Amino acid sequence: MPSPIPKKTHVSMTVNGKAVDGLVEPRTLLIHFLREGLGLTGPHIGCETTHCGACTIDLDGKSVKSCTVFAVQADGASIVTIEGIAAPDGTLHALQEGFREMHGLQCGFCTPGMITRAWRLLQENPNPSEDDIRTGISGNLCRCTGYQNIVKAIQYAAARMSGAEFKEAAE
Amino acid sequence: MIPAAFAYHRPKSISEAVALLSDLGEDARPLSGGHSLIPMMKLRLAKPSDLVDLGAIAELKGIREDGAEIVIGATTTQREVIGSELIAAKAPILKQAAMVIADPQVRSLGTIGGNVANGDPGNDMPAVMMCLGATYQLAGKGGERRVAARDFYQGAYFTALEPGEILAAIRVPVPAQGHGYAYEKLKRKIGDYATAAAAVVLTMAGGRAASCSIGLTNVGETPLWAEEAARILVGSSLDTATVRRAVAAAEAITSPASDTRGPARYRTKMAGVMLTRALERAKSLAR
Repeated sequence: MPSPIPKKTHVSMTVNGKAVDGLVEPRTLLIHFLREGLGLTGPHIGCETTHCGACTIDLDGKSVKSCTVFAVQADGASIVTIEGIAAPDGTLHALQEGFREMHGLQCGFCTPGMITRAWRLLQENPNPSEDDIRTGISGNLCRCTGYQNIVKAIQYAAARMSGAEFKEAAE
Repeated sequence: MIPAAFAYHRPKSISEAVALLSDLGEDARPLSGGHSLIPMMKLRLAKPSDLVDLGAIAELKGIREDGAEIVIGATTTQREVIGSELIAAKAPILKQAAMVIADPQVRSLGTIGGNVANGDPGNDMPAVMMCLGATYQLAGKGGERRVAARDFYQGAYFTALEPGEILAAIRVPVPAQGHGYAYEKLKRKIGDYATAAAAVVLTMAGGRAASCSIGLTNVGETPLWAEEAARILVGSSLDTATVRRAVAAAEAITSPASDTRGPARYRTKMAGVMLTRALERAKSLAR
C-alpha cells in the first residue's frame, strides 16, 4: 500500500557555511527551498528542465542543477550558492572580478549559475585550456554574450588565482 | 513546475529498499540520481505515490574489480565513472560514453544504474553494455538474479526488471588487453540524446579483426546489439567493402522514429556513419 503523504519533513544542511534547517514537502525542489525557504535568490529558475544551468549550486563539492534535486535529498549536505562566493567582507572573488572586467554578462540572468559552476571547475582544474572551459560550462546556457567574454572571464580568474596577470581584453 | 505529492523513504540497505518497494506497490518508484525521473515528475508524466531514495545505500555505490569483471554499483554517478582509474585503464569505452552524456552538472548526480535500468532508448550506456556483454545484478524481495544486458531490454521503458526489483550492480567483463574501442555519438547539442550512436569493441590479430561487438543507441524501441554486422567483420581487415556490408547489416536492424532529430531514414544512415567512424577509431586503437 502506498504511504499516506506526510505534510512536511524536517531537513537541515549547511549553506554557505551556515547551519540551516526547515520544513519541506518531499516534493519541494532544492531550488525552491533555497529561494523561498532561505531567501537565497541568487540561484535562478530558468528552464526548469535541467538544461540551462541558471540554478547551478555546489552540493557536497560537485556542481549540480538545483531544479532537479529534492530538498529532502540534500538533507545533511553542504551547499555553496552564489551568495557564498565573495569573501565575508564583500571582497569579490577573482571570478566575480573577471566577469566584471571582461564584460562576461549582459542581462546577468545566467551569471550566478555560470560563476558557481566556474568556481567548482577551477577547483577541479586550476589551469584549464579554452576547450576545458567551454566543456566545463557546457551545462550553462547564456542567451546574450555568445560565451566569448564568459570564457575570458574564467581565464582571467584562473590567471589571477595562480598569481599571473591576464593580458587579453574583452571582446 | 512542481511534481505531484509523494511520500519519501530513505532506506539504508538493499534489503530494506526492496522490502519497501514490494510493500508499497507498483506506484512506488526507486530514486537514484533522479535525472530522468524528476524531470518526468515535473511534467507529471510520472506521478509515483512513493519514492524510495537509493542514495543512502552504501552497498550500491562504487567501482571494483572482481576477477575478470568490473563491478559498478548502480548508484555510481557518471562523474565517478569518468573519474575512475580502473575504468580508464581496463574499460575506457565506459569513460568515453559517460563523457558524452548530458553535461557536467547532470553527470554529478545522474547514475549509471539509472541510465541502464530506466529503459529509455535514448540513454547511452545500454548499447555500450550490450556491446561489452555486461550482466545486470537485480535484487528483489526473493533474492538476487542476473540478466544479460543483451536480454534486458524489451521495449521503450520496458525491461526485464520486475515490480519491486532494483538494479544493484552492473558486471562488465574486462575486455581483452589491447582491444580497440569507440563510442561515436551524433547529437544536435550538448545535453541532447543521440540522433544515432554506435559502440564498438574489437580485437585485432595479424591485421584482421579477431573479435568484434557492436551496440547502437536510439535507433529503435530498445538499444540494439548488431550481432550480424559484427560477424561480417570478424576475420576481415576492416577493408572498405567489408565495412560497407557490415554497416548495411547494422542499418537493417534499426527502426528509428521520425522526430525532431530527423526523419527515420536519416537517422538510420547516421547510425551507419557513426558505426563506420567507431570502427575506424577502434581499429586505430587496437594493439
